[in-house]
Amino acid sequence: MVIAIGFEGSANKIGIGIIRDGEVLANVRKTYITPPGSGFLPKETAEHHRNQVLGLIREALDVSKIYPNEIDVVCYTKGPGMAPPLLAVAIVARTIAQLWNKPILGVNHCIGHIEMGRLITGAQNPTVLYVSGGNTQVIAYSNKRYRIFGETIDIAIGNCLDRFARVIKISNDPSPGYNIEQLAKKGKKYYTLPYAVKGMDVSFSGILSEIGRKALPQKATKKRKLDQEDVNELPSHEDLCYSLQETIFAMLVEITERAMAHCGSNEVLIVGGVGCNERLQEMMGIMCEERGAKLFATDERFCIDNGIMIAHAGYEMFRTGTRMKWNDATITQRFRTDEVEINWEVGKV
Amino acid sequence: MTEIVLKQGAEAKLYIGNYNGTICLVKERFVKNYRLPELDKTLSKQRIKAEQKSAKRCKDCGIKAPKIFHADFKERKVYMEYFDKAITVKDYIIEIQKDEEQIKLICQRIGNVVGKMHENNIIHGDLTTSNMLIDKNENDYELIMIDFGLSSYSTSNEDKGVDLYVLERALISTHSNLPQLFDEIIVHYKESYQASDETIKRFEEVRARGRKRTMIG
Repeated sequence: MVIAIGFEGSANKIGIGIIRDGEVLANVRKTYITPPGSGFLPKETAEHHRNQVLGLIREALDVSKIYPNEIDVVCYTKGPGMAPPLLAVAIVARTIAQLWNKPILGVNHCIGHIEMGRLITGAQNPTVLYVSGGNTQVIAYSNKRYRIFGETIDIAIGNCLDRFARVIKISNDPSPGYNIEQLAKKGKKYYTLPYAVKGMDVSFSGILSEIGRKALPQKATKKRKLDQEDVNELPSHEDLCYSLQETIFAMLVEITERAMAHCGSNEVLIVGGVGCNERLQEMMGIMCEERGAKLFATDERFCIDNGIMIAHAGYEMFRTGTRMKWNDATITQRFRTDEVEINWEVGKV
Repeated sequence: MTEIVLKQGAEAKLYIGNYNGTICLVKERFVKNYRLPELDKTLSKQRIKAEQKSAKRCKDCGIKAPKIFHADFKERKVYMEYFDKAITVKDYIIEIQKDEEQIKLICQRIGNVVGKMHENNIIHGDLTTSNMLIDKNENDYELIMIDFGLSSYSTSNEDKGVDLYVLERALISTHSNLPQLFDEIIVHYKESYQASDETIKRFEEVRARGRKRTMIG
């Protein structure tokens, strides 16, 4: 029996989770929310995490009814992410590991998402769509690695959504993506946006510029002339959110399907914060149904960044023999999904 | 007539058909119910058009590509020339992977053709070894480019750079045991494309963007 505690703080969420052989004992989280029209900045986010982390450790121990001496390994997010918040959380993880005299393990954030998704849904060897504020990747396992088949060539899908939310100044509480989803449900009119699929890759930056121009034509660059349509009627926020979601989600489903055809896979797992969007899940579900595949998705507890996924991926590493020297217990902003060697069994390959 | 489905991909199925008495290949694009009907219709039309135009552009500049006989937008079908003996470069590379000379030759052909396409401002949009055919029954072979659904016409180095990036990624995922392919292809790409320096510079930027991007979890 292995009990692992996990610390996550790569972006604006700080989460702590405790897991015992795949059984979730505690999963607590706090989110740093900024006013409408603004995003989270590294320094302020780190400060938020520093202020919350000790209270969350107490809460996680209380919820799980676990004593520190029962814990076998302390896991934390090594990367990828924003450096200041990563560092703030890593320092706490190192300190308590020293205090409690436990081994420490740095975990790849993306692997955390994938392994937690597999644990919760029971997906065996899925094609994974990983969609969040900082990542957009289509991943499949082969030969000891989670390999990236398709990804964004510029900004992440969540970044596109967050930045559009800032353009139209909607609330960041509980998350900009959630509020866009609610507005989109009331949208009716579809405005044509660029559709950018390149092989198995996608691009969102041009779409973000275009929808920004549609939302605020008066702010459009002087170089570009306004269409007559732009001047006559200002699109409603509802219609813009609807058009944006329909376009970018269609792109995601398309590249996921291409990857499935490429790998001969019949399972899809959606992970990452954008993965709890119900319209995205619905569209992916239709695609899967049409090709006789199965869709696996989780809810906000496990989709959105959390500590339990770090604990679980760390548990898989720990039980298959991975150990980390204190000198290696650092952080890194750049840490690609395919850099990690997977020593545990994934599906029947 | 019963149709013999040759291949069913994510977006379309391919089967043998008949166009005015000629045996041809029919590519029928599926309706995708997951996306809005208006978006689906637009995309399907766009891609059929791209297929027609780029195949013709390729032929005009001496690159072998299927002749397009007819496009039916309503039925979402494209009728085109069928290369019955051709195999995909993907299968061919797997077959010859231990033969260094043959690998070099195929890389030369790929590099030359992709260079020529970019020289003529044709962006393929989905450069993979599954989208290239060879007819190896002859002593020598010529590369046949297919599947122009995502293609476009562009003079921009960004578009060409992204095209190369897509090719590099496809080679890594499909032929991970042959890491030398891409570099070898680029050597010959430069031979047939005059302004290749600028494009390759831009391609390196596109690649760096990709590596830099994993910033936030």
